[in-house]
Amino acid sequence: MAQTEARRLQSAGVQVTTDAETRQVTWGARLLQWFLDLLTLAYFAFALFPLVWMFLLSLKPQSELYSTYFRFSPTLDGYRAVLGIGGTEEIPFLRFFFNSLVVSVGAVAVSLLVGLPAAYAFARWKFRGSESLLFTLLSFRFAPELMVIVPLYVIYQRIHLFDTRLGLVWVYQLITLPLIVWILRSYFQDLTPELEQAALLDGYSRTQAFIKIVLPLVRPGLAAAGLLAFIFAWNAFAFPFVLTGSNAQTVTVGALSFLGGAIPRYNLTAAAALISLVPPLILALFIQRFLVRGLTFGAVKG
Amino acid sequence: MGATATSLAESRREGSGSRQLRPYLLTLPAILLTVGIIYPFLLGAYYSFQNRTATRPNPSWVGLRNYERIFENDTFYKSVLVTLEFAVVATAVETVLGTGVALLLARSTLITRIFERFLILPLMIAPIIATIMWRVMMQPSIGILSYVLSPIGLRGFAWTDTPLNAFISIVLIDAWTYTPFVALLVLAGLRSLPRAPFEAAAVEGARFWFTFRNLTLPMLWPYILVAVIFRFMDSLKVFDVVYGLTQGGPGDALMTLQVRAYQEAIPFSNYSRGLAYMLILWVFVYLASTVLVRILGRAQARAAGV
Repeated sequence: MAQTEARRLQSAGVQVTTDAETRQVTWGARLLQWFLDLLTLAYFAFALFPLVWMFLLSLKPQSELYSTYFRFSPTLDGYRAVLGIGGTEEIPFLRFFFNSLVVSVGAVAVSLLVGLPAAYAFARWKFRGSESLLFTLLSFRFAPELMVIVPLYVIYQRIHLFDTRLGLVWVYQLITLPLIVWILRSYFQDLTPELEQAALLDGYSRTQAFIKIVLPLVRPGLAAAGLLAFIFAWNAFAFPFVLTGSNAQTVTVGALSFLGGAIPRYNLTAAAALISLVPPLILALFIQRFLVRGLTFGAVKG
Repeated sequence: MGATATSLAESRREGSGSRQLRPYLLTLPAILLTVGIIYPFLLGAYYSFQNRTATRPNPSWVGLRNYERIFENDTFYKSVLVTLEFAVVATAVETVLGTGVALLLARSTLITRIFERFLILPLMIAPIIATIMWRVMMQPSIGILSYVLSPIGLRGFAWTDTPLNAFISIVLIDAWTYTPFVALLVLAGLRSLPRAPFEAAAVEGARFWFTFRNLTLPMLWPYILVAVIFRFMDSLKVFDVVYGLTQGGPGDALMTLQVRAYQEAIPFSNYSRGLAYMLILWVFVYLASTVLVRILGRAQARAAGV
């Protein structure tokens, strides 16, 4: 930066060789960097403060909830109450957590099983209807959820899928399938078809070539797509909110119910919110590098 | 697209019928699953022309009556207006803030190296969980937000009590969640920019603003546009943040189209009316996507031409 500035001055015909002047430029540049660092810190204070505060709040005993902001005697009672340890649970949050886990894993498994061969076909062959199929899938990403949820609400009650985990796995395909097909397709497209052709010449069958040559090469993409799809399924709210009752409810819906009731218990709300954001945050750490491609469905390679 | 050309030639060479069927066989399960999602969508569109409610056992075809009712009613136009206002304001705030954060993080200092890894955290948290967290922070009784912000005169700020305050609050929560999305994309764009033009500009003695306006911004534009498209289309169908914070209130001030549709269809049990709202929203989203994707195509062509 300082160098650039010096060069700028030089090209403008200013002598920059004197020590005093160089020091001045350097100081100006350094001050600017400090200012920009300050702005960076300000943004991250805004971005991270809610998480820090929720953590503090979740450790607060009920008795000190309204009296203090930062000074209190921390306790794990909030977490115990949320998880029903000691038999005090009012909302079966542990079951909701389990539901979220089963439904998200189930939805991603189905999408991977179905989406992997489809993504490969989309990347390797242009066939009749392939474009419109791809764009139909993409349009799911932007479809207003309730357009599908409301009719399913009617259908599910008739075929007894209302408030079941299977019902959620089905509707979560709206989230996970387009994501997985589009991301994997972009990874397959990055591989030259000559790979498979070489394998075919070596006597592999098409299936063998796919499993032994192609699949290992897209494994990072496969993991990233699967994890990102899991995060989105875990974070879904409108689907389980409308399509489940007390049986198959997920953490996103369950956490909101801590704010209901006659006396909202904010420390429990904070504990529930924190518990439900741990799995996606941990998984996100593993796919940071793939996020740009994943979040834009392969539109930006990042 | 080169890959497609090769594989076309290849499949012609391979020739036989079963091989031409291969892509269809591979996509068949995905097609079936897609049908499983499109079916309720089409059914929903069909329901919107009926008088289907939770209590009516034999709904009948009523043509456009649901739509006529909706268009006659002021509440619809209020919903459209607040939906568009939210989509425009939230997208604008997130785009500007996100681009700013990306430019800050594109520098390499101790601070940016420490904090860059935290950038994605809000983005990975469920929007409804983010909303719950902010709602607790905005509580008048224990809310930390007014306390922390009291130095800038926000002590006792009623975060959700007036339409304007509630609107600001949902934009704030949405911006907290999605600014990292824009920042992440723009940062990826910044890091992929070629060095040469910037070095040339420096040698020529170009000022920062000149370089930014004439070089950085045009080359980043495709990345920013992708972010805008995703954010704008998602904001049009906002549900979690609004419902989680005020359920569309105060009054019906924040009844965006999807929240309104939810209220009509589920608590009021008028499935057909709710779905008519949804189909209208779907048309909005579709039109917006067509326009935005066309703009993106033009921008990408221009950036490639630079």
